[in-house]
Amino acid sequence: MAKGLTKAFKKALWVYHCNSGSCNGCDIEIIAALCPRYDVERFGIKLVGSPRHADALLVTGPVTRQMVDKVKRIYEQMPDPKAVICVGNCGNTGDVFYESYNLVGPIDNIIPVDVHVIGCPPRPEAIINAVAKAWVKLETLEAK
Amino acid sequence: MKAKTTSKTTYQIPIGPIHPALKEPVMFEFEIDGEKIVDVDVTLGQVHRTIEWTGMRRNPIQILYLAERICGICSYCHPMAFALAVERVAGIEVPERADYLRVIHAELERICSHILWAGVAAHEIGFDSVLFFTWQIREKALDLTEYLTGNRVTKAITMIGGVRRDITKDMYPMIHETMNYFKDNFEKLRHIYLDDKTFKMRSQGCGILTKEDALKLCACGPTTRASGVKKDVRLDQPYFAFGDLDFDYVTPDVLTGEVNGDVYDRIIVRLLEVKQSIDLIEQCLDKIPAGDIVSEPKIPKLLATLKKAKGEGIGRMEAPRGEVFHYVKLTEQEAPYSWKVRAPTYNNILPWIPMLRGEQIADIPIVAASTDPCMSCTNRVAVVDNGKKYALNKEELHRMSVEKTRRLMA
Ligand code: SF4
Repeated sequence: MAKGLTKAFKKALWVYHCNSGSCNGCDIEIIAALCPRYDVERFGIKLVGSPRHADALLVTGPVTRQMVDKVKRIYEQMPDPKAVICVGNCGNTGDVFYESYNLVGPIDNIIPVDVHVIGCPPRPEAIINAVAKAWVKLETLEAK
Repeated sequence: MKAKTTSKTTYQIPIGPIHPALKEPVMFEFEIDGEKIVDVDVTLGQVHRTIEWTGMRRNPIQILYLAERICGICSYCHPMAFALAVERVAGIEVPERADYLRVIHAELERICSHILWAGVAAHEIGFDSVLFFTWQIREKALDLTEYLTGNRVTKAITMIGGVRRDITKDMYPMIHETMNYFKDNFEKLRHIYLDDKTFKMRSQGCGILTKEDALKLCACGPTTRASGVKKDVRLDQPYFAFGDLDFDYVTPDVLTGEVNGDVYDRIIVRLLEVKQSIDLIEQCLDKIPAGDIVSEPKIPKLLATLKKAKGEGIGRMEAPRGEVFHYVKLTEQEAPYSWKVRAPTYNNILPWIPMLRGEQIADIPIVAASTDPCMSCTNRVAVVDNGKKYALNKEELHRMSVEKTRRLMA
């Protein structure tokens, strides 16, 4: 578990997932984290259908040019305090697509990222760990 | 209340590119009259990552890993189809054992993909418990994938001229155990999907694709087989070791004796294909000969051979969603001169139009999902206009599609 995480959470963490042009690999691993084997819903982590309800944003994919403004808008729509988790190598570094002409990413260039998850795709455990880290950030922000 | 008189009888609903009901960025414009769908237009290009362009700057072995990232769900068929194309150009003979191993991985991926699809379909209808049940089964398939290849999703098992990892005798028990697990759960799945009243109500007679339309619109994979078209690259043009194995086309009449081409039939076809894949893997384990797993284990040597190769080649493969097609042209250079990918969703997007015509808004998700669309496979071209405006290159790729899409109902 991530350092600094309290035993009991003050509230459930709602996550919005945004696909900015990924290959689906990361997306299915995110869904896998929700499914019975990992079952993050038992911790109160839940995917929601609107960024306006979300505490944390999971972004996958290298952000293609068509998706830039959408990613920005989603980020702006989220209420503060918020955390951004970038899942997968291609959002972090560009991965195999790094030299492509149609990418604006890495995601750092577009919105501030709090937690980077490495892997192509990362395992569900890594994604859950990242969400827990984002949680720590949110709880510290709230404590201030 | 006084009724308002307005000349406009239809209204438009834009859906996407980011929408909770969509798993991937794609944009739809629906023209709706009351509850009925009058017109549909699809805008693609949001997932365009310039993979082919990038590929023309890399050597064929690097491209394998690029091709793998076209789509995370078909992360085996894309590099494999590419490898088939390159092998054809360079005249590389694949050892027989590798052919059998390739079949095993291909069929395992089909199982993963179809079970994943079954979950998504259940989710679209509103059956989330079934989604979780199928994904639990899928985890078993992923465990096996990880055991055999070292990875859950992007497998990196492909090599030009063979595969990268062998399946040894001591791995058989795990494979058999997993296959038995699938068989045990198959009956349960069949019961849920085919006997359940709600499933039947939502899927029977909904999203019909006639055999005629399927042929006309060049649908492929389970989508076309569910309409009664016997089309399967594995049988039509056997590759790998499929020629030595015993199996047949899966059409819904095998089970029900009739072909309706509706969503229900597409469920039947995919379920039966899971069973077929289990059977194929078991046949492979029985028949697999001893020998090498790759024709040239030394990568620098292989690269040197590829650098001398010249010509054009195609690789066709039956991916879980239909036929995937790779075209490669090598010209004695390090990087290929040209590389073109045609993913099955190209063919399967057009049939959405006859399927959705006259259906209700609420049926859009399940009808669209019934073709198992994959947008990251499909987004091949985006046009740059002044570096700002982007649109799909309709002339080249979706010429036919757009003509059809524009006027759905005359
Ligand atoms: S990080 Fe890898 S698996 Fe994840 S979306 Fe990018 S290419 Fe796909």
